[in-house]
Amino acid sequence: MTSQHDNSADREQDVGNPDREALLAELARVLPPAALLSATEDLKPYECDGLTAYSALPWAVALPQNDEQVVAVLKVCHARQVPVVARGAGTGLSGGATPVVQGVVLSLARFMRILEIDPLARLARVQPGVRNLAISEAAAPYGLYYAPDPSSQIACTIGGNVAENSGGVHCLKYGLTVHNVVKLRVALMNGEVMEIGSHALDDPGYDLLALMIGSEGMLGVVIEASVKLTPKPRTAQVVMSSFDSVIEAGNAVAAIIAAGIIPAGLEMMDKLATAAVEDFVHAGYDLTAAAILLAESDGTAEEVAEEIAAMSALLEKNGARNLRISQSEAERLKYWAGRKAAFPAVGRITPDYMCMDGTIPRKHLSHVLTRIAELSEEFHLRCANVFHAGDGNLHPLIMFDARNPGETERAIAFGAKILELSVDVGGTITGEHGVGIEKVKQMCVQFSREELDKFHAVKAAFDPLTLLNPGKAVPYPRHCSEYRLTGSAR
Amino acid sequence: MSDQVEEFRSRILERKPLRLKGGGSKDFYGGPLQGEMLDTRSHSGIIGYEPTELVITARAGTPLAEIESALATRRQVLACEPPHFGNATIGGAVAAGLSGPRRATVGSLRDFVLGVKLMDGEGRELNFGGQVMKNVAGFDVSRLVTGSLGTLGLILEVSLKVMPLPVAQATLRFEMPQDKALDALNGWGGQPVPLAASCWHDTVLTLRLAGAQAAVTAACERLGGERIAEPEAAAFWAALREQTTPFFAGPDTHGPLWRLSLPSVTPPLDLPMPHLIEWGGAQRWLRGAVDAVQLRETAARAGGHATLFRGGDKAGGVFSPLSPGLMEVHRRLKQSFDPYGVFNPGRLYPEL
Repeated sequence: MTSQHDNSADREQDVGNPDREALLAELARVLPPAALLSATEDLKPYECDGLTAYSALPWAVALPQNDEQVVAVLKVCHARQVPVVARGAGTGLSGGATPVVQGVVLSLARFMRILEIDPLARLARVQPGVRNLAISEAAAPYGLYYAPDPSSQIACTIGGNVAENSGGVHCLKYGLTVHNVVKLRVALMNGEVMEIGSHALDDPGYDLLALMIGSEGMLGVVIEASVKLTPKPRTAQVVMSSFDSVIEAGNAVAAIIAAGIIPAGLEMMDKLATAAVEDFVHAGYDLTAAAILLAESDGTAEEVAEEIAAMSALLEKNGARNLRISQSEAERLKYWAGRKAAFPAVGRITPDYMCMDGTIPRKHLSHVLTRIAELSEEFHLRCANVFHAGDGNLHPLIMFDARNPGETERAIAFGAKILELSVDVGGTITGEHGVGIEKVKQMCVQFSREELDKFHAVKAAFDPLTLLNPGKAVPYPRHCSEYRLTGSAR
Repeated sequence: MSDQVEEFRSRILERKPLRLKGGGSKDFYGGPLQGEMLDTRSHSGIIGYEPTELVITARAGTPLAEIESALATRRQVLACEPPHFGNATIGGAVAAGLSGPRRATVGSLRDFVLGVKLMDGEGRELNFGGQVMKNVAGFDVSRLVTGSLGTLGLILEVSLKVMPLPVAQATLRFEMPQDKALDALNGWGGQPVPLAASCWHDTVLTLRLAGAQAAVTAACERLGGERIAEPEAAAFWAALREQTTPFFAGPDTHGPLWRLSLPSVTPPLDLPMPHLIEWGGAQRWLRGAVDAVQLRETAARAGGHATLFRGGDKAGGVFSPLSPGLMEVHRRLKQSFDPYGVFNPGRLYPEL
């Protein structure tokens, strides 16, 4: 969300609070002066992440430079029972890194070193503050890259990717973060450091690595990660096509998958989204189409030629018109530019927008989009839809103007309806952005009290005092009882 | 609510140790079998299969073979090739978490698990994950359960991602000593070669390629070696997956079977016993009597671990021991899912 309504931005800074002063004094003993921020103006940049509608000022921000300092900060906070929120680049979209008042933000921004690229083992060992794209850049001389490519990959860090189990437009073929991270070094809230996973392909005992990935910084602080590197495909081509209805586009996607093809990318945009991005990037999108589909193939030149021909035939058979196949790398990137810039493009045509992230079984696409259109009328708010068509991950972008009284609340209510709809059709409230604080109440729709209890128990197995990123991702019963009063619970 | 599930619940609520069992195909695997038997095979059947969404959902007692037959009708597969070892069920496959020859290139069974329905130690039915490819709501408990050997709960249903059958396949054979084979496998792994599986044993490296026709044809030309005819090749890879080759299936006098999971680049191990290497060097099978403690130290030094997979003396433990910190987390997780110690006690570690 891009709205700036100030629900908590200027919360009391607790200057003079004896607990805060004592904490700052202890942190100052374990951190160099430049690594500890406590003045209000220094804390401001940390008051929110990519979900700017929610903000809070922490007591302090710690910027440790090495493992020992991370451990020391955690031990101080653990002993004083002060909550800690770990933070990477702060690009998250669900408020996973929103500070906790009377807590400490632990920024891993200074953990920026790529420790090792092992081309033979196809592994990179990196610090958590390394940017996603920087890994691929470092691996490029060896013909390798790091496959998950979230849209924010220029800025977002691998530590944040681990916390959110980030995806990207190529994850149908190459997997999510959970499929591409093999080992983590993690500091628990009590300062204990653990190695989870290995450079082998499996480990004895429970799969704690899977548990850690996507845990939204609630189980441990990642201080080092080993990630898989993938051979860079020799070439890639994309076919762009237009459809007169989203149903036809959905059918074409199903036909491609049914034919045994796993495209490197398979993305859909509806008319409103297409218009917004065309205006922004001038990629030559068909503005008359109800839906635009981008289908990419990668591999050797022969493989790509074979797959593009097969996909083109299937697209035409399923009602696609205006097929265009990228004839150069520049053209391929141009076709993708609009899709990759869809969020900022929508941001240009509306003062504020909110990005939803449900995943649905694709067979319900037409029902879900029809219902979203109805809700759009009901709430008097426009909504553009961007769809990772291969894996069912739908990003409705709800447009609103926070300056108009009540409009933010309407947008939030609209978004909540979409998430409930995703659960109703057998999907999930979040495919890749995480629950954070944004969707914590909708967790009550997707999970029963008993299931949520288990999530709390999992957290307690790592963090018995509930000090690491508390209040995120897993709701407490009070959240759910409030929510269920609205009559939307299962 | 089905009668079977109600019966499972009443058994669990007796709070006595239960030995969870599907086809019993992996009874040999893990720690001792303790407790009264609970057979899941009455809870069987495919619940949903969406070929165009690449998802299948089945009850735990469904035979793996039944699932694979259903997938074959739409030219789809469980790409990680979990072994049947006879008559495995899908619940048992997920509980054991074992993967077959293609694991190094397509991912492990855990990578394909999308969701599970579980009954915990207090008889509660719990859903984690779901039937969609991308899902980050809540901690990833369905993958935590995968490979936990039934110690966290009774798996009732599983949803798995399925993949298309590769368009083209080819099998190549090379005469090569172990060190050269490991170098070659790791080198090819870093290139855009459509590798699917590998097996080195007794100076012979067998390589399986899978992918688009053009890619497989080009790779065959580039890599050379002796091309094996498809029926013979299919039988070879099936025997490897099911461990029916003489190396695995030879008499007990050949000694216990050890599984070493190591970084693929680990140099040849200096151990005077027969080796069979899969997964591009990352999975190494050893057959024969060996000092368990020393073998585990060797594996740990290389950055991996060793499992007493089949046969031998389990008194020294089946799986490599965990650090005290990791074991404490395991103990707490076990306590929260199975507070009365009902499920498969001691099957994974004596403490759990």
